Amino acid sequence: MKYVDEFRDAGIISGVAREIVRAADPSRLYRIMEVCGGHTHAIYRHGLRDVLPANIELVHGPGCPVCVLPTGRVDDGLAIAARENVILTCFGDMMRVPGTKGTPLELKARGADIRMVYSPLDALRIAASNPEKHVCFFAIGFETTAPSTALTILRAQELGVTNFSVFCNHVTIVPAMRAILDSPDMRIDGFVGPGHVSSITGCRPYEFIARDYGKPVVVSGFEPLDILESILLILRQLDAGEARVENQYKRIVPWEGNPPALMALARVFELRPYFEWRGLGFISQSALGLKSDFAGFDAEKLFNVPGVRVTDPRGAQCGEVLKGVLKPPQCKLFGTECNPEHPVGALMVSSEGACAAYYRYAMHASAVEA
Amino acid sequence: MCLAIPGQVVEIAQKEPLARVNVGGVTRNVNIGLLDDGAVAPGDWILIHVGFALSKIDEGQAQDQLRMLRAMGEDGLAIEEVRGYSFAEPSR
Repeated sequence: MKYVDEFRDAGIISGVAREIVRAADPSRLYRIMEVCGGHTHAIYRHGLRDVLPANIELVHGPGCPVCVLPTGRVDDGLAIAARENVILTCFGDMMRVPGTKGTPLELKARGADIRMVYSPLDALRIAASNPEKHVCFFAIGFETTAPSTALTILRAQELGVTNFSVFCNHVTIVPAMRAILDSPDMRIDGFVGPGHVSSITGCRPYEFIARDYGKPVVVSGFEPLDILESILLILRQLDAGEARVENQYKRIVPWEGNPPALMALARVFELRPYFEWRGLGFISQSALGLKSDFAGFDAEKLFNVPGVRVTDPRGAQCGEVLKGVLKPPQCKLFGTECNPEHPVGALMVSSEGACAAYYRYAMHASAVEA
Repeated sequence: MCLAIPGQVVEIAQKEPLARVNVGGVTRNVNIGLLDDGAVAPGDWILIHVGFALSKIDEGQAQDQLRMLRAMGEDGLAIEEVRGYSFAEPSR
C-alpha cells in the first residue's frame, strides 16, 4: 500500500479494492495472469497484491522480451559480435542478459565491439557512419517494438545502406498466451491483457481466448487504478459466467490497433514456423523473421549463427517461474546465487522480470508467501 | 526499452517523417512514420517508444503518463532514453 498512497486517486483505489472483495466469491480461488512485464513491475512496485483478497492469485505472464529470450539466441547474437569488423548494437536491457560465455557487457569488456542504443535508428546511423564495419542490431521485443525495427529496415533499404543487418528476435504475444492455455499444468481464469502491445495489434487477436477457451481478457493500462479496474472487470465477467474481450485502456488502445504499424510489420516480416521461448519451449508461429525480400538485412542469413539450444543454468528454474508454476522465491537460486547484481537468469535482469520485481519490492513478504 | 514516453511536438520536418519533440526540457527528433500522415502538428502530444511515436495522445493523457513514470521511478530512465536518441541530431 505504501506506493499506492502516492497517487492522487488513493481514495478511488480503495473503493475499487472494496468492490473486488465484494465481487470475489470467497469459496473459490482465482488465478489471473497479467501478461505484460510492465504490469508485473507495476503490481510489485505499488504493492497491489496487498489490496487483493487472498483467494485472487496474480500469475506473472511471459510479456517481458528479455525474459523469454532463450540463452541459445543470446549466444547466437554474441557469436555475431565475435566476428571481425562487426559492431553489435542492442538495447540497454540486453546488456546484462547472460549467455553461455557471459553477458554482452562482459564480452564488451573483453574487447567485442558491442554498443548500447536507444533506438534501432541509432544502430542504422552507426552503420552509415562506419562504412568499413558491419553493424548488426540485436532486435528484441513484442509487437510494440517490432514496427520500429520494420521501419528501420525500410529506411536502410531506402538509403541504400548495405553494411546493416538485424538479428531478429521479435515475438508475438498471442501464440504464447495460447501455449499457456494449452499447457496442462496451467489453470488461468482470466487475463489482464497487455497495454502497449495492444495499441499496435488492437483487441481482436484476443477474441479466440474468450470464444474458444471461455476466458475473459481485459486489456489494461498501467496505473494502479487501471490494473485493479481490469481485475474487477474480469471478476464481474466470471461472476456472470461470461467471457469477452474488454478494453480498459481505451485512452491509448484503439480496438483495431494501429494500421500503419501493422502495415509496416506485414511488409517486412513473416511468421517463423516456430521459435523457442525460455520456459515455454518451441511455440509455432510465435515469432517474426525477415521476408526474403529483405534477406540482405537478415543477420541470420548473412552470418552462420550456431543456432544451438542451450538449457537454463543448473538449478535455475526460470521456466517454471515464467509459466507461473513457481513464484520467484520458490526458485532454489532466488536471492542467493541469482540476484540483481549477479543475475543467473533473465528474469532477474529486467525490471519487468518477475524475479527482479519481486526482489526489489516484495522481499520482506517472501518469508510469508514462499 | 519498454518505456512509453510522453512528449510534445515542437516542429514537423519537411522531408522526412520526423518530429522535433520536447520531453521534460530535452528536445530530440523522433520518427513519426508509424502514425497516419498529417496526424500530428506542433503543440500535439505523442507517446514515444524506442525513437518512434506510437500514438497521438491528449495533454491530460500525457500528464497521466508522466505521473505514472514518476510513480514507477522511471522518469529518469525516460529522459535518459530520449537524450540518447541521436539518429537525427547534427553530428557532434
